[in-house]
This record gives sequence, C-alpha cells and structure tokens, in this order.
Amino acid sequence: MLEVRNLAVSYRETEAVRNVSFCLQPGEVTALLGPNGAGKSTLVQGILGLIPIDRGSVKWQHRSLKDQLKKIAYVPQRTQIDWDYPITVQNVVMMGRIRATGWFRSPSRRSREIVNTALQRVEMWEYRQRQIRELSGGQQQRVFLARALAQEADLFFFDEPFAGVDRKTEEILFNVFDELKEKGKTILVISHDLGETLDRYDRLLLLDKELIASGSKQEVITAENLRKVYGRHLQSMA
Amino acid sequence: MSLSILGVIVVGQWLVEPLQFQFVRNALAISVLLGILCAIVGTYLIVQEKGMMSCVISHAILPGISIAFFLGINLSIGAFIAGVISAFFVVFIRASSRIKIDTAMSLILSSFLGLGIILITVLKTNKLDLSNLLFGDILGVTTADVWETAVITAIVLILTKLFYKELQFYTFDPLGARAIGLPVNTMYFGLICAITLAIVASMQTVGVLLVMALLTGPAATAYLIVKELHEMMIVGSIFGILSGAIGMYFSYHWDLPSGPAIVMVIFALFLLALLLSPSQGILTRSRRRSTNP
Repeated sequence: MLEVRNLAVSYRETEAVRNVSFCLQPGEVTALLGPNGAGKSTLVQGILGLIPIDRGSVKWQHRSLKDQLKKIAYVPQRTQIDWDYPITVQNVVMMGRIRATGWFRSPSRRSREIVNTALQRVEMWEYRQRQIRELSGGQQQRVFLARALAQEADLFFFDEPFAGVDRKTEEILFNVFDELKEKGKTILVISHDLGETLDRYDRLLLLDKELIASGSKQEVITAENLRKVYGRHLQSMA
Repeated sequence: MSLSILGVIVVGQWLVEPLQFQFVRNALAISVLLGILCAIVGTYLIVQEKGMMSCVISHAILPGISIAFFLGINLSIGAFIAGVISAFFVVFIRASSRIKIDTAMSLILSSFLGLGIILITVLKTNKLDLSNLLFGDILGVTTADVWETAVITAIVLILTKLFYKELQFYTFDPLGARAIGLPVNTMYFGLICAITLAIVASMQTVGVLLVMALLTGPAATAYLIVKELHEMMIVGSIFGILSGAIGMYFSYHWDLPSGPAIVMVIFALFLLALLLSPSQGILTRSRRRSTNP
C-alpha cells in the first residue's frame, strides 16, 4: 500500500499542493483528476522525490518510498521529452532495464526478451528499429508504456498518458492497466478527462491544490465537487 | 589516363609533402584526437539542447587563464576551474530564480570575460598571447600538447563507454532518470567537466572564439544523418577528424589562419548534410515528397 500523508509541495516558491493525504491499494487503478494548474504533476513529482517536499511523508509497504525507487515506474508527460533525440524505439524500451542491468554491464538475454514482449504488448514490435521522431503521438506514448512495463515495477505513475493520443492507444493503455491490476500492481494515472473513461478506474482522486474528494465515481463526481473545482476556473475565465 | 595519374601524384604530394615536418605531424595528430573528443562531448551538448553552453564556458575560462599565468601554473588547470565555475553559476541562477537559461548564459559569459580582461590588466599578465588564445594556431601545436590531448581524449572515451547507457537515459529523459534513482547531479557535473576539458584541449588549435564550432559542428552534421546516439558520436568523429585535417592542409598550403580554416570546413560539411542528408536533407526531403505524394 502507498501511503501519502499531509504532503505539501512548492513549485517556484508558491505552495502548489497542500495537506494531501491518501492511500493507493495494490490491484487498483486510480485516476488523479483536476483542472490545469491544480498541482497534479507537482504532487506526483513530490511523491517520487523528483522535487523537494515541504512537509509530509510517503511510504510504500510502511517504509519510505525514497529507499525503494527500484519498485517504481514513472512515465513523464510526453511534452517533457525531446522526440528528436537520436534513439530507436527498442533502445528507449531497453532504458526500462537499466536498474536491473546495473552499472558497467550490458543488458542480459532476459532483458532483451522482456523488451521484446513489452514491444509486442503495446503493438510497437514492427516499429522497433524506427527513430522515435518518426512516430505519431500515440505511438510515442505506447513506447513509454512499453518502457514502464519493461521495468517490472510494482508501482506505476502515468502523467497525462491520454493527452493527444488516438483511440487505439487509449484502448491499449486501459487494457494494460487492467492486466497490471490483475497482477496486483498499484497504478496512478493523471488525467483531466471527465468523460466516459472514468468508468475504467477503480478509484478517483480530485485535486485542486488540496484533495477535494476521493472514492468511487459516484462519490467524487458530484455537482458540488465539480462546482468547487471547476466553478472557480470558469469564473476566472469569465 | 596519364592525366589522372598526374592528378593523383599532385594530390599525393600535396598531402604527403607537409608531413616531413614535425609540427605538421603534431597538427594532424591533434586534429584526429580533437575530432573524436569534441564529437563525443558535442553530441551530449546537442541532445541536451545546450550548444550555447560551450560558448559560455569557452569565454569564461579567461579569468582562470589569467590567474594561472600570474601564479605560474599550467594554464589548462586555471582554464578548467574557471570554466566549471561559470557553468555552475548558470545552473545556480536558473534554479534559484525566474531568469531563463539564455539570459543567465549571456550574463555569465560577459561577466567572466570582463573579469578576465580586468585580471589581465590588474595582474599585468598582458604578456599572455591573447590573439593565440582567441584564434589558436594548429601549426604551433607541440608534442606535449598532443600528449595532453591524448590523455584527455582517452579519459573521456573510457568514461563515455563505462556510463554510456546511464548518460543516454539522463540526457534523453532527465526526470525519468531521477525517478529511477540515477545520480543525475553527478552525471551533470561529469558532463560539464568533459565539456570544459574538451574546450581547454581545443584552445591551442582553434582558439576560444572558434571552439564552439568544433564542439557543435561535426556532431550537428552527424545528427542530420544518423538515428542512434552512438552513431552520432562515430560519424561526428569522422567529420571532426576530416575538418581538422583538411583545414590544417589549407592553412599550411595557402597560409590561412588555421582555426578559421577548420571552422569553414566544418560549416561546409554541415551545409552538405543539411542539403543532402538521405533522411533529413532539404533537397532530398523535397524530392522524396514530390515522388511520393
């Protein structure tokens, strides 16, 4: 179980996220929802220790998550990456094996098999020799999904995996989430899509600087909660 | 037939005749070494979108050189220390304020250059041959310079080989690298040191004003042709070696300043790749588009 307690994280001197507490259970896919600027990415980066946190604690199986980075697969937003980087699809996925391979070593035969399986699972096997800049947005996202699979992690964090992807990629992403869930993995997905895809998550977290609501779709997507979160944004737009 | 044989003899003579001189052999050796060193380091600069960092560091070594000259120690050591400090100033300003990286770079570049010139005046180190420092002289390279560059190149090659996959991960996806617990700060420091070492080593050959060309040019040319990072280093090395050697011959035969001659060859090769690269060339790309509507 992942336990986040009283977490506060700042982004450039302003408090972006405050007093956030929640738990994630193995075998569940959780969506982290909220408008732009709600602090979703900042929260996840704080949990992973990518940016310093002001207060609070993050524990995985009752031990500090910082000491168990091997168990995490993190997929950053696609826009964070320079897709002109000279690298082929299969070598991006092989990056997922870097911890398992260790310093000064070349990837093992087992690592190569894992990479091949991951590429086939996301239907990118035919593209394995392509340079990544030749891919569509959805294909790029699937390469990153394959890299996360190759890590054989227990905890998965996806930052906006559905932004700008095609239907096929969306379907593959949700199917892979389901498979990971079956294997008892813990999955957190950042999204700002409030449409029908919400049915595919086990639990929702609604964030707007602080945690507004958490629970099932019925509990979280209420008129009052949406007004609290999006009403303010609508007002500021008008 | 006989004409072509004559041509071969003339070109052969043009290439071989200068080699009787030790200073030409030194120049050729250092071209090969710098071609490799700068292509490897330059590859990391380009994929991190930090090409201008070479500009900052190459100018910022001036105060270090002045102080080293004043203290009577090896100029390369002073240059190295000043270069690394300048890079950290840039990162510090970027991390602790809203100032963007290009602004931080121009500020640090000019301030270090200014400080260097003040130090030269105050410490009366104006015996320092500034024009040699700024423009370099590949035909003035000594055997000791060749050895120094050989050691630097060997160190950078070995470290690149040892940490290749980690550096690739870090330069491709810094956030992801941090997430899996790679020591990203140490790797960044290592890259800054390698860049500064390459600049210090190139100083003698092309001078601080033109070292950016050696660092970014051949690697950028390769970038237009290849699809993997290690290919960029290998192909970039070949372009770097070719540019250094051809520039050196032009400089010898036609009495051109060596640094600028090398830079012009680098740029000519880059233009060729820009126009004719099989995958990304401007001309080849448009032809492919017109045949494949």
